[in-house]
Amino acid sequence: MSEENNVKMEDAAELDAGRRDFLKFVCTSSAAALVVAPEAAEAVVKAADSADADTTVAEFFQGHFVLMSDEEKKQAIARLEKRYTAKFGKETTVSDVAAPDDVLFGYALDMSKCIGCRRCVHACVEENNQSREGTVIQWIQVMKIPKGNISFSADELEKGYPEKSQFGDYGVQVGGNAYHPAGMTTEGAQSYYQDETVPDKDFFYMPVQCQQCEKPPCVKACPVRATFRDHAGVVLIDYNWCIGCRMCQLACPYQARRFNWGEPQLPAEEMNPKTHYFGNRPRMKGVMEKCTFCVQRTREGRNPACLEACPVGARKFGNLLDPESDVRKVLETKRVFRFKEEFGTYPKFFYYIG
Amino acid sequence: MNKALSFAKDTSLYAIKGGSMYYAWLLFLSFFILVGTYTSYRQFTEGLILTGATDQVTLEMFFANFVFTAHVAAAAVLVVAPGYFYHRQDMKELAVMGEIVAMVFVATGITFILYHMGRPDRLLHMVPGIGFLNFPNSMLVYDTIVLNVYLYLNLIGVFYILYKKYVGTFDSKHLARWFTPIVYLAIAWGPLIHIVTAFVLASNARMESWATAVLPFGFLSMAGASGPSLIIVIFLLARKYTKLEVNDSVIDLLTTIITWSLGLLMLVFAAEMFSVLYSSTEHAHSMKYNMFGHNGLNMYVPWFWGVMITLVGSFVALLFPRVRKSYNLWLPLVCFLVFFGVLIEKPMVLVFPAFSPSPLGEYTEYHVTLIEFFNVLFIWAMAFLWLTLIIKGAIGILTGDVRYEKSPSNTVKQS
Repeated sequence: MSEENNVKMEDAAELDAGRRDFLKFVCTSSAAALVVAPEAAEAVVKAADSADADTTVAEFFQGHFVLMSDEEKKQAIARLEKRYTAKFGKETTVSDVAAPDDVLFGYALDMSKCIGCRRCVHACVEENNQSREGTVIQWIQVMKIPKGNISFSADELEKGYPEKSQFGDYGVQVGGNAYHPAGMTTEGAQSYYQDETVPDKDFFYMPVQCQQCEKPPCVKACPVRATFRDHAGVVLIDYNWCIGCRMCQLACPYQARRFNWGEPQLPAEEMNPKTHYFGNRPRMKGVMEKCTFCVQRTREGRNPACLEACPVGARKFGNLLDPESDVRKVLETKRVFRFKEEFGTYPKFFYYIG
Repeated sequence: MNKALSFAKDTSLYAIKGGSMYYAWLLFLSFFILVGTYTSYRQFTEGLILTGATDQVTLEMFFANFVFTAHVAAAAVLVVAPGYFYHRQDMKELAVMGEIVAMVFVATGITFILYHMGRPDRLLHMVPGIGFLNFPNSMLVYDTIVLNVYLYLNLIGVFYILYKKYVGTFDSKHLARWFTPIVYLAIAWGPLIHIVTAFVLASNARMESWATAVLPFGFLSMAGASGPSLIIVIFLLARKYTKLEVNDSVIDLLTTIITWSLGLLMLVFAAEMFSVLYSSTEHAHSMKYNMFGHNGLNMYVPWFWGVMITLVGSFVALLFPRVRKSYNLWLPLVCFLVFFGVLIEKPMVLVFPAFSPSPLGEYTEYHVTLIEFFNVLFIWAMAFLWLTLIIKGAIGILTGDVRYEKSPSNTVKQS
C-alpha cells in the first residue's frame, strides 16, 4: 500500500516537474521573442550569408547622417551605392551634395490653371522611387473640390428662403448657400476621383504636397531628429535614422507624410538610379518619407519633377531670396495664400489665383 | 548573494504552484502567447502593413492599448498613496500589490510602443549617448523618460519590500532613508505619466478632437476608475483563494475612489461634449462622426454609445450601497464593466474616430486585422501572466509562506 502510494507520488512529482518545465519553456521562449527585436536578429542572419555582409551590419550601427564625419559619410554612401547597384542591377549613385548657400526654396501653384490631370503625381512617383504596389505611395495628393466651396454661386443664392416661424416669416435663412461652406475648407473634397476627362466643370483642383513649413510641426514632434530642416528651408528625413514612430505624421496638418507600412515594391527596371541620400534613394520598410522638392534635382539647380511634368504651367519654383525668380514674381503680382495658415506653420508653398 | 538567489528561487517556485484552476488560467494565457509568438514574428518580418493602420488612421490598436496601460499603471498609486499619506495601516500592508500592478502595466505599455514602432530594431536611437533625443521639443521624448523612470521606481519599490519581507528584516516604521522618498516620488510620478501621455496626443494641432485642455483630466479620472477596478478584482480573488488578509475597509475605499473618478469622468465628458457640440464648429466633426456616423460610415457609433452606457451605468450602480457591498457578485461585475468600458473607449472613442475627417477631409474607418488582434492579445496575455506570477509570489511572501530560513534545508512551505 505504502509502496503504491510512493509510486503515485513520484508520478505526480514527475508530472508536476513536466508541467513546470513546460511553463518555464513557454515563459522563457516568449520572453525571448519579446526581448530580441526579431528584425535585428534577422538582419544579422541575413548579413552572415550574403555578399554585402559588412554593408548591412555597418548600416545598422551607423549614426545620424548629419552628425557623421566626412569620412563616415563617404563610407556610408559607398555602402549604399554598392547595395543598390547589386539589388537593382543598375549603376546607382547616391549624392550628398549640400544645399547651395543664400537660397531659400519656395514653390507657387496656380489653382486657376490646375486641371487635375495628376501628371505631377506620376512624375513624382517615377522620379523619387516610391513604392508602386502593396503600400502605394504618392507624395502629392490632388483634391477635387466643388466650386461652391470657395465662393457663393448666384444660382444657389436664389434657392434660399426664410424659414417660417411663429414670429412671422423673418426666421432663419435656409436652403441655397445657407449651410454650404464657403472659404477654403476641405469639406467635400475627393482625392481618389477617376474621371474620364479633366477638368470636371463644377470642380476646381488643389494639389497638396509637403509645404516645407518654416515652423514644421513634424520636426518638432520627431523624438530622434530623424527629420530636420536644411538651410535652404527644405524638410528632410534620414531614412536610416527614422524609428517609425509616426509622431511626425500625426503632427502634420497637410497630410503630407507617407509611411512605408510594408517592404517597398520598386521594380528594378523603373528605378531611377540617380539618387540623393536625403531624397529619392530607395527606402526600407517602416520609415517615413515625403516630398523634398526633389532635393537631388534642386540642389543642382534643376526644377522639381512635378513642375516639369505640369502640362499647363501651373507650377513655379525658385529661390525666395532672389527677386528675379519665378516664385518672387508670383508673390509680388498675384493673389497669394498659404494653406491652413491657422496652424501657424508658415509654409514656403504658396497657392495663387492667376 | 546567497539570500538573493534563494529569494528568486523560492518565490518563483511558489509562484508556479497552485490548484487546477490556477493551471487552467496559466494554460489559457499560454495559448494566446503561443499564437501571438507566431503573429509577432509575422509582424516584425513583414512590417506594420499587417495591421489595419493607414496613412489616414496612423495610430493602431497598439497605441490605443498603450494609453490604457498607462491608465492602469498610474492608478496603482491610489493603493499606495492612502497607506503612505494617511497612514492607513490596512492599505500600507497591501501597497506592494499596487506597485506590482504599476510595474507590470508600465512594462506592458512599453511593449505596446515597441509593437507600434515601424523600426523596433532602431530602438537604440532613443538611448541618450548612443542615439539622439530631440529634447526639449518632442513630447514622445518626455513620455519615454517618464515611463522608464516610473518603471524603475516601481521595480525598486516592489523588490525592496518583497526582499526585506522575505529575509524578515522589513520594518515599516524604520524604512531605509532612501526608500521612503522613492515611494513618495513614485506616487507623484503616477499622475505625471498620464499628463505627459495626454500631451503626446494633445500636442498635435491638426488632431482637433484632442486639442482640448480636459484631456489630461479625462485620462486621470479614467485611470482612477480602471486601475482600482482591476486591483479590487485581484484583492477579491486573493482573499478568496489565498491566506492574504484584505479588509473590507480596503475594498470600500477603492470602490469610493472608482465611484468618484467615474463621477469626475461624467463631468469631463459633459464639458467636452458641451464645448464641442454647442458651437458646433469644425472641431465637432469627429465627435459627430463618432456619435452618429458620416454618410453611411458608422462603425464607431455602437461602440460610442455602448461605452457611454457602460460608464454611466457603472457610475449609477456604484451609488447603491447594496452593489458596493456585494463583494462576491455585483462589485466584481461592475469592476469588469468599468475596466473593459475604459479599455474599449481608448480605440473606439479616443483614438480611431479622431482621425476623421483627416486634414484633407477624408473619412476613414479602421478595421483591425486578425494578426494585429492576436498581437494585442499576446501582449495582454504576457501582461497577465507576469501579473499572476509576481502577485502569487508576493502573496507567498506577504502571508509568510515563503521566507528565508537559515537551516540548510530552506524549502518552500506549502499551504
